[in-house]
Amino acid sequence: MSTGSAFNDEKGGSSSTGEPEYGHDPASGGIFSSDYKRHDDLKEMLDSNKDSLKLEAMKRIVAMIARGKNASDLFPAVVKNVACKNIEVKKLVYVYLVRYAEEQQDLALLSISTFQRGLKDPNQLIRASALRVLSSIRVTIIVPIMMLAIKEAASDMSPYVRKTAAHAIPKLYSLDPEQKDQLIEVIEKLLADKTTLVAGSVVMAFEEVCPERIDLIHKNYRKLCNLLIDVEEWGQVVIINMLTRYARTQFLNPNINESLLEEGGEKAFYGSDDDDEDDEEKKAEAAALAKRKPYVMDPDHRLLLRNTKPLLQSRNAAVVMAVAQLYFHLAPKAEVGVIAKALVRLMRSHSEVQYVVLQNVATMTIKRRGMFEPYLKSFYIRSTDPTQIKILKLEVLTNLANETNISTILREFQTYIKSMDKDFVAATIQAIGRCATNIGEVRDTCLNGLVQLLSNRDELVVAESVVVIKKLLQMQPEQHSDIIKHMAKLTDNIQVPMARASILWLIGEYCEHVPKIAPDVLRKMAKTFTNEEDIVKLQIINLAAKLYLTNSKQTKLLTQYVLNLAKYDQNYDIRDRARFIRQLIVPTDKSGALSKYAKKLFLALKPAPVLESPFKDRDHFQLGSLSHLLNTKAGGYQELPDWPESAPDPSVRNVEVPEWTKCTSRKERKEKKVEKPFYSDSEGESGPTESADSESDSGSGSESGSEESGSASESEESEEESESEEEEEDEEEERTKKKKKIDKIKPKKPESAESEQSSGEEQKRSRKGGKERRSGSESESEEESESESSESESESEEESESDADTKKKKKTSASKPPPKQTKKESKRETKEMSLLDLDDFEPTPSPQVTPINNFLSNSLVTDLEGLSLTDTVLAPTTIAPSSSVRMHELLHRITGEGLGVEYCFSRQPFSPDPHMVAVQIQFTNNTSSETKSLHIEEPKLQSGMRIKEFPEIEVLPAGESVNVVMGIDFCDSTQAANFQLCTHTRKFFVSIQPPVGELMMPAFLTENEFKKEQGQLMGMNEITEKLTLGEKCQSDHAIIERVTATANLSRVPCGSDKEYRFAGKTVSSGSLVLVTVVRKEGGGAQLTVNCEKMVIGTMLVKDILQALTQ
Amino acid sequence: MIHSLFLINYAGDIFLEKHWKSVISRSVCDYFFEAQEKAGEPDNVPPVIRTPHHYLINIFREKIFFVSVIQTEVPPLFVIEFLHRVAEMFQDYFGECSEAAIKDNVVIVYELLEEMLDNGFPLATESNILKELIKPPTILRSMVNTITGSSNLGETLPTGQLSSVPWRRVGVKYTNNEAYFDVVEEIDAILDKSGTTVFAEIQGVVDACVKLTGMPDLTLSFMNPRLLDDVSFHPCVRFKRWESEKVLSFIPPDGNFRLMSYHVNAQNLVAIPVYVKQNINFFDSGSSGRLDITVGPKQTMGKTVENVIVTIHMPKVVLSANLTATQGTYTYDPVTKILVWDIGKLTQQKLPNLKGSLSLQSGAPKPEENPSLNIDLKIQQLAISGLKVNRLDMYGEKYKPFKGVKYVTKAGKFQVRT
Repeated sequence: MSTGSAFNDEKGGSSSTGEPEYGHDPASGGIFSSDYKRHDDLKEMLDSNKDSLKLEAMKRIVAMIARGKNASDLFPAVVKNVACKNIEVKKLVYVYLVRYAEEQQDLALLSISTFQRGLKDPNQLIRASALRVLSSIRVTIIVPIMMLAIKEAASDMSPYVRKTAAHAIPKLYSLDPEQKDQLIEVIEKLLADKTTLVAGSVVMAFEEVCPERIDLIHKNYRKLCNLLIDVEEWGQVVIINMLTRYARTQFLNPNINESLLEEGGEKAFYGSDDDDEDDEEKKAEAAALAKRKPYVMDPDHRLLLRNTKPLLQSRNAAVVMAVAQLYFHLAPKAEVGVIAKALVRLMRSHSEVQYVVLQNVATMTIKRRGMFEPYLKSFYIRSTDPTQIKILKLEVLTNLANETNISTILREFQTYIKSMDKDFVAATIQAIGRCATNIGEVRDTCLNGLVQLLSNRDELVVAESVVVIKKLLQMQPEQHSDIIKHMAKLTDNIQVPMARASILWLIGEYCEHVPKIAPDVLRKMAKTFTNEEDIVKLQIINLAAKLYLTNSKQTKLLTQYVLNLAKYDQNYDIRDRARFIRQLIVPTDKSGALSKYAKKLFLALKPAPVLESPFKDRDHFQLGSLSHLLNTKAGGYQELPDWPESAPDPSVRNVEVPEWTKCTSRKERKEKKVEKPFYSDSEGESGPTESADSESDSGSGSESGSEESGSASESEESEEESESEEEEEDEEEERTKKKKKIDKIKPKKPESAESEQSSGEEQKRSRKGGKERRSGSESESEEESESESSESESESEEESESDADTKKKKKTSASKPPPKQTKKESKRETKEMSLLDLDDFEPTPSPQVTPINNFLSNSLVTDLEGLSLTDTVLAPTTIAPSSSVRMHELLHRITGEGLGVEYCFSRQPFSPDPHMVAVQIQFTNNTSSETKSLHIEEPKLQSGMRIKEFPEIEVLPAGESVNVVMGIDFCDSTQAANFQLCTHTRKFFVSIQPPVGELMMPAFLTENEFKKEQGQLMGMNEITEKLTLGEKCQSDHAIIERVTATANLSRVPCGSDKEYRFAGKTVSSGSLVLVTVVRKEGGGAQLTVNCEKMVIGTMLVKDILQALTQ
Repeated sequence: MIHSLFLINYAGDIFLEKHWKSVISRSVCDYFFEAQEKAGEPDNVPPVIRTPHHYLINIFREKIFFVSVIQTEVPPLFVIEFLHRVAEMFQDYFGECSEAAIKDNVVIVYELLEEMLDNGFPLATESNILKELIKPPTILRSMVNTITGSSNLGETLPTGQLSSVPWRRVGVKYTNNEAYFDVVEEIDAILDKSGTTVFAEIQGVVDACVKLTGMPDLTLSFMNPRLLDDVSFHPCVRFKRWESEKVLSFIPPDGNFRLMSYHVNAQNLVAIPVYVKQNINFFDSGSSGRLDITVGPKQTMGKTVENVIVTIHMPKVVLSANLTATQGTYTYDPVTKILVWDIGKLTQQKLPNLKGSLSLQSGAPKPEENPSLNIDLKIQQLAISGLKVNRLDMYGEKYKPFKGVKYVTKAGKFQVRT
């Protein structure tokens, strides 16, 4: 307890209340009473009503835990406060709980319900921390609760909570490994997560739970590679290490030709005197070589190398090391060099970092010496380096030594030998020995140098030299008898056992070179035999035996004497050796045939030892790993697999409908159209007055409205929902906009209904069938389209429409649900046949629907206005500058148990409430039974946000899709709206997060109005960015299209053809958003956004920038 | 990953322990003490120690051993880097990373450690994020807290956690907007007896102190970026821009941070700002020695060399030194055997000289090797590599910040062999 009170003294000011009560001398109360008293005191404080007292008590308890004191008897008092309102008290209670829950499992259970409540809290931080604590409580009973919580959190809309869920997975796994299968499912789900926040944590969980399930990575490989640079540092390390392993199983060795050549060469060398069989083998080998010769790197392999390279510049040593090992293990030989510079940089870091890096560099230098040669001097040793660093640097220097640099290295070694650090000197001598064996040219120089060291005053130095010289002499003993003589003389002085043993061995081995000295040495040794160390004794016996065999005349008696001494030695090794040698060399009656060969046995030519680096072959451990550092397998180490013979199927990494390829193809298509002279010309001269458009709304509205209702009545089973919506809209002024839009986006409603009528098995039909059906329905829709074409009176209009349709069709056909169709589409159907065919054969159904992008219609409006066409034509398109309507996934059909839900921002005003953003939701029932009563429940919204739910869908038959529109008032923020989607059986947590561009609606301004408004939004409200337009974004059309695709804005006329203006206002508060893009010479541009909501402005700038620079 | 952490002071007291998984008895530290004893110097304690059931990965910083306990395979650098981050965080929070500071703020330390790791895996290590979660202690805040009962903990998730700029907190406001950059270069060199350069290179860092309102987007460009041979960046720097245009474009964290570190191409000959003439002799007879050192300015580009300090680790047999310095003062510690000569400013007119005799332990053999000299120096307003900041531009915000760049050259590991 004295420490306890001492600690409180140290804490001083921070703990003031109640201090005097137990701060007294421990002598009076004795240990128990003071202990009792103190805890009593804390309990009282914890029971009080005041948060400040509770906090104080908790702080003291945590301080006790930190000191390693036992505070477990306070458990009941503390756990009561788990639901405390004060967040700091709560946090500290959590700390306490996690520490002691394992010891007091029953009491810990009392707190569980609090966390379960916390898991449902609207604040993501509280949800996350509840999950963190819940999963950290190591109580087996709550495993099912944890499992449930993790599963739920894994589909939370907050990425932070999902990250916490990923962290919880290994915790649960360590608590109950039997949950593995279920956990793998969660991991699989989280691996598909696209946020950088989650990526690192889930890979960590993957590594701890199921590192062998490499198949889970396939689909996420490219995503992980691409996200990598944005993942936080620690996640990067884990992901890179995992991907290294992955790449080793999936790609071919990029150095395969090289290694095969080497191998082949070796084969030939050894197999030269072998029979035909071997020849055949050789042939096969050669054939294989020839076959493999054109090595082509898998693009995914290249992707990994390319995306990791910038991370060599990370400030985090662990990241740099991870990339370095990845390159070492995976890159073609020619490219590995890039890592050297970065590793050398790490040598400037803390000594612990240096230590680890040097270990790895030492291993690398053995395989790839050339890589570090330019940095030789960076490994020079300073007298202030810690010894362990010095020795590692020495190792690297030795590995780097070759014919060209050996003289510099040896000169450097010479300074090291004079160091005061004797361990280091010994290591230097060893290093010199290794250089001498490896590089023949300098052997004599080294030997001479070492011999000089024999006269060093420091015994350790001499001893080490002796040992090294011994090894060197073994290579060419004949030329160096004088050195052996010199060394023989040393036996009088040197006391280091290893050195003495080495000298004796040398003399014994080469006793023929020093016939006069050897017996004398033996004589001296015999005298001191009893006082020698064991290894020396063994060598004395050895020497005696050898001399007996070569020069028995002089040494017979001495040998006998030595053997007799050894016979009674304390060490049984020595006794054994003596007995063995006596039997072997001294001929007796019993001695068998062996004694004849004694000389051969003892004086056989021994191969010279090879001085090897201790780091040789360490690279079979993944570099940078703990196992590599320790040179033994650490628990949980995953072997780095060998390259496969032939690459596994690379198509496993193809993601279902890779989004980006689609995008590019779409862009290309757009690009083509943009290049048509018609548009670009008209674009230039267009100076439309869009203010006129609003007037035309109503007129065109009625027309298109009747058209729509007509089609609706045609289809017998049209949705109630949409009808009611229509009715509502009849009253609305802006109804047409919506109508037109719905017309475009959810055309499948009438169509699918129709098709169901015509054949019940429609959804089971092949796509081809679907297409036929579409063309079949053409006749029906012909009339409508006719009316439409009469409306437009312009070929270009139709073209643009059909363009959009084509895209849409591509999208629809690629998507799995029954194909959508519009009347307009069907009109063009026949023309587009070939295109559709192609699309129809696309094998992978997409869960995501590619956006419709009829940007052209937008620009066309301006064109057409210039041509002064009738208002009616313009109206619909103008009002719905629809641009990209991109479908987002709300609920995947797998998680939704067959119910797939997608949504898009339709960019139409939400009629019931103009402050809401209209979100169009498409439900698809992929199950074989019908889903009932689809509706929304329990919206969890940030303050100020509102949701206008869509009317409940009573029945959604199997295989059917239905579209509904709901409104969300996002309050001009990009916070997600969270709610539950309910069916009659299940509830799903979902969230919709709007891109900033969807939070606004077009505003129609004249040039003058625009300038005026812009003038009022200067200063803090103006954000200007310079940018370089992306390659595909040089044309007028492209710029306009990109901007309008990014944000729901309308164009504002402008006199200059280098300038583009857009205006809109935020849906919720109606703040103006003005965007100006000015093109500059040479592909540059300047983007200006004026908006009084700075956050929106900043985010919008970011989004538009991204759109324009790509 | 990281199972537990023990903080151990120089005397071998475990003064803090924290477990992220089940509790590991502190007796595991005995293995560490064993290794420490074997190593002698704290520098020589192996960073990774293997025990029968665990692995101990430790760092030594500010006279504290940070000993972490590991049970399974994990990249050692991962742990080492993290431990250094912890030490830096303490420094950041408490102004110093010392035993006393940690003990005084043990609750905050505990809360920090709790946030930094979850189940042994790093959760939040960005100072800006942590400071939103756990407010650093200030006298004012602790007073307010005692009165109002409010806490040091943030109640909402730091916005940085979710944004694409996790290193910067939002809602930063300053009345004086300022951005200062220090270009600090260190010369690492080994000179041999005759004064020729065996090895020299320049390592530099750009440290920033940015106190700007809102979300500024800064661009820093150099006059001569080609000089930079190897660079590493704070995560905020956009690497692509550097690759293509050699400018540093970044949204800075709030407060102090290291923007980049660099290495100057070794092919450019490094200017060595001082020269040292030294003569140290030990005599066989009379157990004495003589020492004579002169330091003078060499290539200083017209600037004054300041804070020159020469440190010599004497051989063990040197008992005392009887020297006279023409400039500055010298001290010799007979226990650690370290001779320190604090010269101060170097001037052309008078070359500082330290001369005198050394007395050796009688009877002991004379030292084999002469001790090498470690030189410390500082040159204000000069980056020895010649690196110059060209301009700093700010985008995204409207106000005009104060900008400043300071250059300093120091000696890094600057050693003269004798």
